[in-house]
Amino acid sequence: MSKVFVFVDHTNGAVAKTASELLTLARSIGQAHAVIAGTSSDLDAAVPVLNKFGASSITLLESGEINNHPSSAIAIALADLAKSQGAKVILLPSTARGKEIAGRLAVRLESGIITDAIALTPELVSTQSVFGGSTLVHSQIVKGIPVITIRPNAIEPVEAAGSAAIEKVAVAAIITAKITSREPAVRGARPELSEANIIVSGGRGTDGNFAPIEELADALGGAVGASRAATDAGWYPHSHQVGQTGKTVSPALYVACGISGAIQHRAGMQTSKTIVVVNKDPEAPIFDIADFGVVGDLFAVAPQATAGIKARKG
Amino acid sequence: MKILVCVKQVPDSWAEKKLSPAKVLDRESADAVLNDLDEYAVEEALRIVEANGGAEAGHTITLLSMGPERAQEALRKGLSMGADAALHIHDGALAGSDALSTSRVLAEAIKKEQPDLILTGTESTDARMSVIPSMISERLELPHLSFAGDVQVDISAGKVVTKRMTDEGVEAMEAPLPAIVTVIEKINEPRYPSFKGIMAAKKKPITQMSLADLGIAPNEVGTGGAWSEVKDFALAPARGAGVKVVDEGSAGSALVEFLAEKRLI
Ligand SMILES: Cc1cc2nc3c(=O)[nH]c(=O)nc-3n(C[C@H](O)[C@H](O)[C@H](O)COP(=O)(O)OP(=O)(O)OC[C@H]3O[C@@H](n4cnc5c(N)ncnc54)[C@H](O)[C@@H]3O)c2cc1C
Ligand SMILES: Nc1ncnc2c1ncn2[C@@H]1O[C@H](COP(=O)(O)O)[C@@H](O)[C@H]1O
Repeated sequence: MSKVFVFVDHTNGAVAKTASELLTLARSIGQAHAVIAGTSSDLDAAVPVLNKFGASSITLLESGEINNHPSSAIAIALADLAKSQGAKVILLPSTARGKEIAGRLAVRLESGIITDAIALTPELVSTQSVFGGSTLVHSQIVKGIPVITIRPNAIEPVEAAGSAAIEKVAVAAIITAKITSREPAVRGARPELSEANIIVSGGRGTDGNFAPIEELADALGGAVGASRAATDAGWYPHSHQVGQTGKTVSPALYVACGISGAIQHRAGMQTSKTIVVVNKDPEAPIFDIADFGVVGDLFAVAPQATAGIKARKG
Repeated sequence: MKILVCVKQVPDSWAEKKLSPAKVLDRESADAVLNDLDEYAVEEALRIVEANGGAEAGHTITLLSMGPERAQEALRKGLSMGADAALHIHDGALAGSDALSTSRVLAEAIKKEQPDLILTGTESTDARMSVIPSMISERLELPHLSFAGDVQVDISAGKVVTKRMTDEGVEAMEAPLPAIVTVIEKINEPRYPSFKGIMAAKKKPITQMSLADLGIAPNEVGTGGAWSEVKDFALAPARGAGVKVVDEGSAGSALVEFLAEKRLI
């Protein structure tokens, strides 16, 4: 059976949700071959999850330094491995890091690249949702080992217990651009925005007060997002921005509060499965894509919804 | 120091975009502008020059764009912001080029120009692939510092230091020059061209280059040389008309009912 390479993103061995999605997709095409870059202890932490989602084999690109050289060393090692093992296709998450590696891989392998796919058939025909979700494009790579990045949350992860063979490949640290120090982001208890199943976002309408947004997100067990107006004003960190120049998200539920729905915001959330809107202005364009829209004040509607959800959960 | 800024002309990001029957972006259906995200790169180049003694110190800024005839308008915009000169790669054979071709063409031009620093935006708002800068880096084996929210050039030490802003946090990065730096939209506030700037831009040189000038065969790029192929496209099914309620005191509770019905809580 053909080998479908899956690049596994992780933080200190904690595997990103995208890996379970990519492994699920890989199994529908061929044998899932997981590739993870980092140390042996990262690998040990990751193996149980990779087995749970049906990896047939796992390769560790081993280097203690690899995390200090964002993408070039990984791309070189991954390209060599894909060539020597005859990969049929390489799947990566459509995240900032995934795309950086993917671009390099395509150059090294002289292969075609498709980014932000939301589906992929066994014949490797990909579907992309473009122009803010208004158009679906089907394309296929015609040269090389196809390099395809898959949008987070586009594939429903399905477990398939297995026990993968493990191999380690030493990677030489290639020092070009290097990270000299880090200030890790303070992570709250909320899920990661790009992985979240539920997102509650606030915009200019919050007037800087995100408390009702955060409380509703917490009641729903979701992540908090923001429009660019809100991040530009410094009300919420840039890493929470949804839209053209922020994250593209596709959760089961997206709740937009006090957001008008500019085309650049919609570009990042329009493919969410269910969209709920709370906005004072009945003419706001965001209502055009709402499954459930409330014309009202978010400072009244959101707290009432939060209380209602808490009451139900008991 | 010679700074090169990669800029692209794109359909206005405020316009609704569509594909033409030829399965490529219908560029006639929207106004063409300088990619908003590349304005930050132009602005950052101007600030780097200003922080290091200005043009008097011998620093220059050259814009580089691959695109059709009218991409010159976008180059003029960058020149009117204050860049010194522009290079326009324009060749009929380039129509329909994908990321691999585009990065190859830009890389060849960069090789010819030998800049000390290359600045780019994070994404072109039409293609939205965010891969061109890392592809150029791979082709030219130049260090790439991505997601820069701050750029400092130390000319005497021959290095560039950036702050890389990602979900993991803020990372201090450095690399020897020449290097490629991709800047994010939070890095600065691009200036509006002044009247003087617009007048001066009219006299600044835009050098045209063809594929032959770069030593690339026409059949290696464009639609014919593409590594991927669009099979077909369709308008996404319209979202079914949703429910819209006006809050009269209980819309929050109605919202909870809706979520419960959809099994989202
Ligand atoms: C190149 C480019 C890239 C961009 N990228 C992004 C991006 O990634 N993400 C993004 O979001 N934007 C992006 N933008 C900006 C975008 O065009 C809009 O300016 C932005 O999305 C507006 O944010 P907003 O909806 O919060 O603010 P506004 O448009 O000001 O809307 C605020 C809304 O809140 C409502 N409101 C006010 N008070 C209340 C209340 N008490 N209760 C309920 N509703 C209330 C108002 O009726 C209004 O509809 C980009 C722009 C450009 C040019
Ligand atoms: N045709 C082009 N000419 C010049 N620069 C480009 C071109 N295409 C992309 N770029 C640069 O690469 C960045 C990322 O673009 P992309 O990978 O297309 O999303 C842009 O912000 C530009 O700085």
